[in-house]
Amino acid sequence: MPAIQSIEFQRSELLRFITAGSVDDGKSTLIGRLLHDSKSIFEDQLSALEQTTRRRGVEGVDLSLLTDGLQAEREQGITIDVAYRYFATPRRKFIIADTPGHEQYTRNMVTGASSANLAVILLDARKGVLTQSRRHATIAALLGIPRLVVAVNKMDLVGYAEEVFNGICEAFAQFAADLGFRDVIGIPISALKGDMVVARGENLPWYRGPALLELLERIEIDYDLNLDDFRFPVQWVCRPGTFEYQDFRGYTGRIESGTVTVGDQIAVLPSGRSSSIKQILTFDGELERAFAPQSVTLLLEDEIDISRGDMIIKSSDTVRVAKEYDADVCWLSEQPLDRRRKYVIKHATKTVKAYLTRIDHRVDVNTLQLIDGASQLNMNDIARVGVKVQQPLVIDSYARNRATGSFIVIDEATNNTVAAGMIL
Amino acid sequence: METTVNFDSNRWVPPAPGFGFKSRVSAARKSSRRALTHLETLESESIHILREVAAECRNPALLFSGGKDSLVLLRLAEKAFRPARFPFPLMHIDTGHNFPEVIAFRDRRAAELGERLIVRSVEDSIRRGRVVLKSPDESRNAHQSVTLLDAIAEFGFDACIGGARRDEEKARAKERIFSFRDEFGQWDPKNQRPELWDLYNTRVHPGENVRVFPISNWTELDVWRYIAKERLDIPGIYYAHRREVVRRGRSVVPVSRLAQPKNGESVEILSVRFRTVGDMTCTCPVESTAATAREIIAETATTRITERGATRMDDQTSEASMELRKKEGYF
Repeated sequence: MPAIQSIEFQRSELLRFITAGSVDDGKSTLIGRLLHDSKSIFEDQLSALEQTTRRRGVEGVDLSLLTDGLQAEREQGITIDVAYRYFATPRRKFIIADTPGHEQYTRNMVTGASSANLAVILLDARKGVLTQSRRHATIAALLGIPRLVVAVNKMDLVGYAEEVFNGICEAFAQFAADLGFRDVIGIPISALKGDMVVARGENLPWYRGPALLELLERIEIDYDLNLDDFRFPVQWVCRPGTFEYQDFRGYTGRIESGTVTVGDQIAVLPSGRSSSIKQILTFDGELERAFAPQSVTLLLEDEIDISRGDMIIKSSDTVRVAKEYDADVCWLSEQPLDRRRKYVIKHATKTVKAYLTRIDHRVDVNTLQLIDGASQLNMNDIARVGVKVQQPLVIDSYARNRATGSFIVIDEATNNTVAAGMIL
Repeated sequence: METTVNFDSNRWVPPAPGFGFKSRVSAARKSSRRALTHLETLESESIHILREVAAECRNPALLFSGGKDSLVLLRLAEKAFRPARFPFPLMHIDTGHNFPEVIAFRDRRAAELGERLIVRSVEDSIRRGRVVLKSPDESRNAHQSVTLLDAIAEFGFDACIGGARRDEEKARAKERIFSFRDEFGQWDPKNQRPELWDLYNTRVHPGENVRVFPISNWTELDVWRYIAKERLDIPGIYYAHRREVVRRGRSVVPVSRLAQPKNGESVEILSVRFRTVGDMTCTCPVESTAATAREIIAETATTRITERGATRMDDQTSEASMELRKKEGYF
């Protein structure tokens, strides 16, 4: 990877993004192009690609083959599951969640989208905004991805025409505005020819915005972290029990949002007991102050009963402690929702029994229309539901806090993850 | 909240909006916080994963071979659990084909940490007739699955923590961090549990288990940067040293009791280092003079060959070798 100049790379940040596109939009080629032109493909991978391409009777290197992972996928020429790819430039390290476009794989896009800072939605310049593109944008909005990049691909097949690009962008803008996106960026590209992916190429002189990689490197992501509300779900209580650490009782976890300083007054929820921060420990030493997303160990001034699943917040903060709440859920299982059944919900570090008591409406992800009177939820359905849990959860709205506003639903009989939920 | 969608191609990208809200963020942001680097972010993610395993799994084990990735795992476990002891034992599935210096290193490191090390060996599985070799010197990489599954049954482990990374291989690129295995230890790539946010589903029925990969999102370069940053001690064969080798195809094959030169091959002494350390019969070094972690970082940052491509003959047998091994219960 000659692109990497500095040895230590100390100050580079992490950007996670998702790529979504319909079948044949050239998504695999785009990712192959990003990796190839940023010098992240290795020679042995390249020669394997050449061999495979030749075996299929085509000349040159088919970059899309690079992202075909599994045998079944190679046999069928499709992508089944989310694949993770990594590349780096001196500014940033990137994690791509590469998700398939087919309708039946909505659950995979939801999986890939859940932790992304940004979504790249790929359109075919000849086809424009398709039903599937709308679905991809809807899911990105639902999962709270704050930035959308619309990559209009195959510009070479429409003569690199500016009007085509502008037309597609306008059509997409209508839909994106309804979804509440505040930052949508259109880029004309040709993944096959390499225009505006890493290099600018010479075919799009009328376009003066950034090429895709330049945008990925420079877009501001710092605002993604909520640094206002201190939320510390206790993961594991550290009690060494050795002579040296006889009375040591540390609460370990990751700061999901906000910051914490030694001396801060805190409350432990749901019990509501209060104390203050005595020490913030890490293996590398004590800290005066810590912030999301650091993993730390907290020591408190007072001896109070705290266990996994409790949430530590600042006394001055407000938060909801609820046994009933409304949420948007995406149903991920082949077995439809059974409202008579008890499920298990995992929220932060707490696991509780739960019922999904009512379905308010389903959302048609292609048109954004609300469908009332739904009595069932099937795989890939998105709906607004009422949730009732056995023990109170400490929650925020998903829009305000991804970590304390999200949950998964597990079927106890199969132990499968059957739904993803976002609290309103 | 006002929505503006701007498609002007002449426009430079403005600072992106906050996640749902922006105005309220400013107060905290102005104060003295610095953003985590990508390596610190990865470290925190891995610590979080290790603590989830400890808290939710009934009887986990950490797979430790003495190799660099598992040494990184041990450091992460120290960060997650000290000053307490690890809430799980270490376990090594010994092929009997390991480099002796790595085995010595393994034992020393486990002793230094004061943690319990369980060793189960493929040799025993062969003696007991659980593994039948096609030839006495063949690679035992794939045979480890049998020994591993037997050990999981023996101790009743419900979770095995491993140091695999998604950048290593294309089947791994699609594997979850908490990867479910059925009672035969098999991975079903087409039927994986959706894995959302950092909410890991750790639940298994008796007899089933999960494999957990806390450094899934790390790359080879990240591992070396971490070794340098943490000043981790690793086996000497990772650094450049002089060794007897023969050239075989594109590979440089180390001469050992298990790999003698064939007819027409001549033994050379080259300066080499290992990028991975596995079964001696199928692990090859690369020519290198990099003698420190920093020099290896520089070399890794400019190499044009993948880690496994350069060093693992068993991954070159077919496009799906790793996928097939994983379906059989491999790590």
